[in-house]
Amino acid sequence: MEEIVDSFFNADIAASAMPIVIDGLLNTILLSLMVVPLGFLSGLGLAVMAQSKSRAVRWPLMAWVDFFRAFPPLVLLVLLFAGLPFAGLELGGFTCVAVAFMLNNSAYYGEILRAGIDSVPRGQIEAARSTGLSGAQAMIYVVLPQAIRNVMPDLLSNTLEVVKLTSLGSVVAVPELLYQARQAQSASFSPTPIVMAAVIYFLILWPLVRLLSRLENRALAGRG
Amino acid sequence: MTGWDKFLDAFFNAKVMAKYLPDIVAGTLLTIELAILIVFSGILAGLLLALVRSLSIRPLNLLIIFVVDVLRSLPPLVIIVLLYFGLPSAGWSPSGFMSTWLSLSLVLMAFSEEIFWAGITSIHKGQWEAARSTGLGFGPTLINVILPQALRLTIAPLTNRTIAITKGTALGTVVALHEILGMASSAVSNSYNPSPLILGSAAYLILFIPVVIAARWIETKYSWKR
Repeated sequence: MEEIVDSFFNADIAASAMPIVIDGLLNTILLSLMVVPLGFLSGLGLAVMAQSKSRAVRWPLMAWVDFFRAFPPLVLLVLLFAGLPFAGLELGGFTCVAVAFMLNNSAYYGEILRAGIDSVPRGQIEAARSTGLSGAQAMIYVVLPQAIRNVMPDLLSNTLEVVKLTSLGSVVAVPELLYQARQAQSASFSPTPIVMAAVIYFLILWPLVRLLSRLENRALAGRG
Repeated sequence: MTGWDKFLDAFFNAKVMAKYLPDIVAGTLLTIELAILIVFSGILAGLLLALVRSLSIRPLNLLIIFVVDVLRSLPPLVIIVLLYFGLPSAGWSPSGFMSTWLSLSLVLMAFSEEIFWAGITSIHKGQWEAARSTGLGFGPTLINVILPQALRLTIAPLTNRTIAITKGTALGTVVALHEILGMASSAVSNSYNPSPLILGSAAYLILFIPVVIAARWIETKYSWKR
């Protein structure tokens, strides 16, 4: 037992790894603040376009969404990071994560927001238009606020997944939380820094997980 | 060579692709094996946990909720790395396959427990009371009356979650697992040509596009009526 504590929860190693790990945490936060809005906005763009009546618009969008639902984000990331240099385009790890996640998340956020927009009754748009609002105004002021509220649990759940996914950055040497913890681990030959990273992820994301759990249960309570 | 030829030669090099095709196929088979194992063990464990939770034993339920919360808040890659690089310090060195299988099964267990539990609690209390009043015991009521209705509700969200988690088999590369991405990456460094990555990407699409299309169909068929 003492041995386990000594290797997994070693106070000395934790103290010396702390600055490195905290540095990683800051980068994880920075990365999340970048990829969440990027993914959300591109998803919103796709969802609004998906309202088009033309099949020539909707079908490619559906193919886009299905493509990224089928494609593992890590493969996309490695493809950009290790593949693009062969085409003469060398993006840094940080940019690769941003681009890969924007593509991947546009599909996920897009699908959620599309369902949200679909859940707003058509009469709302007609009513808004008849008061003199333009199509864009009706979408922005009438449809979207209701749409986003209707799919809030799904949006939050996806955001949780996106923040967790930033850990993939470690594969392309972005110094985020997991990467920094791995560095500290190989320097100290102790798993303590990885345990620290796990504890930090848990402490930061637990409130969101709790909130989601309650929202999901409430959403289901009315059904059945 | 023109730019376009150069591009084709780099990314769609037939010679390189032919050379590494057997590797990618081997990686694909490993991915399929791993994915099937994860889906099976993860969903089964999740269902068992949800059933245990329905017994309403308070300390046990708090423990289940805590474990599920932990597994939902940790990135799967962190769990894989923790098992693979951490457990040897505790005297057990799981292989890359073992670490990936165990981690993703645990994550799928946590998510599916939540989904199954939400399904079970969504069934109206009257159903329980009616079944029990006909003389059915707790077990038969749960299994014959509640679960069949609850499972129907869980199919759509469960399918989506399962796809997202089985795609995570690619994370196995980080712990030296020779699944599709691992095979493709080492082929790229050996051949100094990115074509194997394109081949690997195609393998993922061939595997998962049918599943995603099936999921779309399932979603419309079993969607929750709003």
